[in-house]
Amino acid sequence: MPAQTPESVADAMYAMLKDYAGKKNLKAMDLTKAMIEKFGDDCDKQLCKSAIRILMDDARCTYSYVGGSYVVLNPDYGK
Amino acid sequence: MTDKKYPTPLLDDLEKGPWPSFVKEIKKSAKSPMVQDLLGLLERSYEEKIGHWKHGGLVGVQGYGGGVIGRYSDLPAEFPDVSEFHTIRVNQPSGWFYTSDALRTLCDIWDRHGSGLTNMHGSTGDIVFLGTKTTELEPIFSELTAAGFDLGGSGSDMRTPSCCNGMARCEWACYDTMAFCNDVTQTYQDELHRPAFPYKFKIKASGCPNDCVASIARSDMSVIGTWRDDIQIDPAAVKEYALAGKLDIGKDVAGRCPTKVIDWDGTTLAIDNSNCVKCMHCINVMPKALSPGKDRGATILIGAKAPIVQGALLASVLVPFIKLEQPYEDVKELIAAMWDLWAEHGKNRERIGEFIQRIGLGNFLEQIGLDPAPEMVIQPRTNPYIFYNL
Repeated sequence: MPAQTPESVADAMYAMLKDYAGKKNLKAMDLTKAMIEKFGDDCDKQLCKSAIRILMDDARCTYSYVGGSYVVLNPDYGK
Repeated sequence: MTDKKYPTPLLDDLEKGPWPSFVKEIKKSAKSPMVQDLLGLLERSYEEKIGHWKHGGLVGVQGYGGGVIGRYSDLPAEFPDVSEFHTIRVNQPSGWFYTSDALRTLCDIWDRHGSGLTNMHGSTGDIVFLGTKTTELEPIFSELTAAGFDLGGSGSDMRTPSCCNGMARCEWACYDTMAFCNDVTQTYQDELHRPAFPYKFKIKASGCPNDCVASIARSDMSVIGTWRDDIQIDPAAVKEYALAGKLDIGKDVAGRCPTKVIDWDGTTLAIDNSNCVKCMHCINVMPKALSPGKDRGATILIGAKAPIVQGALLASVLVPFIKLEQPYEDVKELIAAMWDLWAEHGKNRERIGEFIQRIGLGNFLEQIGLDPAPEMVIQPRTNPYIFYNL
């Protein structure tokens, strides 16, 4: 498996969020655990942290608060 | 006189009496349509005995997951000016020191973009701006950052650290609380602004066991100044207290020592420091004669919380004594170990104190690599969690 970059992990997280949209809210740690499971030793918590930051900074995702804080798709992205 | 849009007989009742009234304070800003609608909505809540606020949702500033608490009225047609009434938390300076110019700057920003109502300060310690619309959030954030302020924490993140004003004003401060608070705030910017925990995590720093920020009851990680040598005694000042006759040293100082370690024979005061529990009572009542020892540091406690999902918890001792000096590497190692464990295995909305209760302190200590100590007690004068085979 090729070494992962923050950008590639961000893309994988974004795809996961799209799959789960409307079905289950995901926390940052849910995404992190899923990415480490998916990419194994090519991924770690720090890389996932950077990936989430990319998703937030380019506005593909945003945080929502529903009892706890979740990472969700930004409904205004691309508008 | 304020130009009231709605009759508010129930709220008016709360202005009576000698105590401060939040209604009186809100009415001072009642020229704003937003504040008038707030009063109308509040009166309605008192009439119907039901809250009309919803909170949460998607509001925030780009890139941040904390600092804005979305708040909406469930009666937007009747009270349109508070249909959105978001709260903003602004990270306060350590120890809450401001120049009057800084306060004017904050108030001017808030008058331009929000209701003008503030809460100085919220129970988190932040400067709290009460009531604005979604469209105003980015402009407020831009102006705040231009003025040198940043948003505080909210949601499942590290909340804005807070501290007493420590060495700035208090001779009993056993470490520099303001420096520590500022350091952890700057170090953990990511954890403060980008929620990644199971639930909130609060760090509060008190300079001495008087614990003026009540960290032992309110923070997940409480850092309380203490000392490990002897209480300093000025015998001349003790004599002055005795001669002045206003303080009965035998009854009010020695008699009220919780562990009875003070001996007063009418002329000399002696303390058995090995059994002192650092309650601060004697130092508080004889401040000119007694003061904390010279070998100063802090005790780190873990797990306090107010009742939300489960009941309230007081913090319990995690590190009995640690020298708190910059760059605080030992404390940061401890924080990293705790966060790693709790973030990975904590349930949704489970505070770290509840997590420790669920898995057991022994397991928690083993996982974070900390040796057990006899000082790790659930509450004062109880057995430690750890049982020793002696």
